[in-house]
Amino acid sequence: MYQPPPRASALFGGIAFIAVIAAQAFAIMTSPAEGDMGHLQKIMYVHVPAAWMAFISFFVVLVFSILYMVRKRENDDLIAASAAEVGAVFTGLTLALGMIWGRPAWGVWWVWDARLTSTLVLFLIFVGYLALRSFVDDQSQRARWSAAVGAFGAINVPIVYMSVKWWRTLHQPPSSPDTLDPAYTMGLRLNAIALLLVTIYFIRKRYEIARLERATEHLAESVAMGGK
Amino acid sequence: MAIEAEGLGKRFGIRWVLRGVTLNVRKGEAVALRGSNGSGKSTVLRILGTLLQPNAGAANVNGRDVVGQASSVRLDVGYLAHTPGLYDDLTARENLEFAADMLGLSHSVVQPTLGRVGLGGVTETRVRGFSAGMQRRLALARLMMRTPKVLLLDEPYSNLDESGIALVNEVIRDVMTSGGAALLALHELAPAKGIIDRTLNLADGRISTNDTALLETV
Amino acid sequence: MAWKDDWRRVRAIARKDLTTELRAKAGFNGVASLAVTILILLGLALGPDGEALRNAAVGAVWLATLFSGVLAFNRSFQVELESGALEPLLLYPGPRWTIFAGKLLGNLVFVSLMVAVVMIVGIVLYGITIPDRWPTLLGVTALGVVGLVVLGTFYASMASRSRAREVLLPLLLFPMLVPVLLAATTASKALLGADLMHESGAWIRLLIGYDIVFLIATFIAFEHVIEA
Repeated sequence: MYQPPPRASALFGGIAFIAVIAAQAFAIMTSPAEGDMGHLQKIMYVHVPAAWMAFISFFVVLVFSILYMVRKRENDDLIAASAAEVGAVFTGLTLALGMIWGRPAWGVWWVWDARLTSTLVLFLIFVGYLALRSFVDDQSQRARWSAAVGAFGAINVPIVYMSVKWWRTLHQPPSSPDTLDPAYTMGLRLNAIALLLVTIYFIRKRYEIARLERATEHLAESVAMGGK
Repeated sequence: MAIEAEGLGKRFGIRWVLRGVTLNVRKGEAVALRGSNGSGKSTVLRILGTLLQPNAGAANVNGRDVVGQASSVRLDVGYLAHTPGLYDDLTARENLEFAADMLGLSHSVVQPTLGRVGLGGVTETRVRGFSAGMQRRLALARLMMRTPKVLLLDEPYSNLDESGIALVNEVIRDVMTSGGAALLALHELAPAKGIIDRTLNLADGRISTNDTALLETV
Repeated sequence: MAWKDDWRRVRAIARKDLTTELRAKAGFNGVASLAVTILILLGLALGPDGEALRNAAVGAVWLATLFSGVLAFNRSFQVELESGALEPLLLYPGPRWTIFAGKLLGNLVFVSLMVAVVMIVGIVLYGITIPDRWPTLLGVTALGVVGLVVLGTFYASMASRSRAREVLLPLLLFPMLVPVLLAATTASKALLGADLMHESGAWIRLLIGYDIVFLIATFIAFEHVIEA
């Protein structure tokens, strides 16, 4: 039975957004300007937590894909799909910010370093997952196929990361915004927590929308089946 | 009860093809399921044959649930689809030998079965060169290689001449006499004259029963 | 004996797939021709400098293999869909994994033959000298082909039945194959040279791990994705 989200959900969302603003403000104001990068380094306060959120989202996709294959509960599929959408956005954000940092830092928009490259591959895996869902009309088939593709994609992520890293160790990687100075750690942690709250809020919201869609379909089912 | 279905619902996208199909077929009975094109006759057969899962309702064949006990149901069911489902680049013999391998039967049953359906002379011809009627006979041969207890036949008479129609009816009779059952999806009852005990009409996604004995046809 | 019946089914499906492919007009010849054409075009695009071609050879061979492989994988399920043969196939008694194993075996033979052709043409066109460690090179290639065929067959079982199979299969498959591509090409390049840093060993271990993980995963997941 579909239940609309409680008020607490909106409150949680509000808190999450305030947390992000606060954490960003704290980080930007308390961290010193870095060497030759100046204030550009501060972009990593969003870039790095965004990357972490992407990986967390992918983990959620993995867990709920496996749960769906075991339990066959529709909600598991919807949670996985919601996490995939949110994860895709965060992955895209990570890539964009990495490139924005890279242009002034390295002089080029792109380098084939381990993190950027594996994030790009991760982004493609997410895109493939979402494309699959849009091309399959039957709900049961869509859920089963997504579960397999999501689980496999998630399993592949560490393998991809490892192989790209080995591939790159033959050449010296340029310094990336992820090479950390302890002065930044606190700001980074705060932003990570804040962004985690936002991620949870987004996944939840997306899931609610998906449940609403399913509730509509169930209603249509009762109408179609009802009456003699 | 050989076949029991209760409130079957099935949708494709947003279109509900079946909207509460309830029917049953007793052992020793041959029932015709009549309906116009697109009425969902094939869908009913495919659900009963475990090829599709219903969105609503339940069904069982010989007491076994078509969703939960699908593999048991498959052992009992002989399903003849509307499309022959043969491999065009293989010969008639190779198609049946493949089926024999999949069914765990010896290849020695292939030749006699081909003879029985009137394809004894074209065993080495590739199916690509077969007419629609010949393809249907081959599909029937594949069905006959084992002895199903429940027949689900989707437009079994299409593309067949008189001898072909007689062959189908012979197969149905064989299954009846050994205590089996048959459900035929038809849009024309004439070829099934003498075989059918009952007719069900499928319209608007539901059954309207029509216990007409086949005396009234023609 | 259940084992013998299952093995008989696997062999029957593999034999059936290979027979239909070899007899079909655009079967092996078509796919192999495409692979060779890609190789030639890459040679034209990257050459004519001998040194550049030799460096590009391994990459070119693997790209030609990947792109034509996608065709082969879709075709292995196309044969069932064209004639409506998938339904009778699913109705035979016996476990589903035999269908996957049979298709896998058929594709392995098919793609191995294709890779052999591509490698021979590549050696000639790109001016490769056969190295001392050519058995290891063949081993690396074989491991890469296994990974390619396992995932290619699995994803094709879904993509070939969806609405946009030509787009969906590469989109889903290629990001998954990144580790295979990196491992096979890097190890092969090392083996074509002197492999001074003995790096091929690490890549071979990665390929073996990858192949095992996805062999197990695909066999488990096939049940779920093959039903309509």
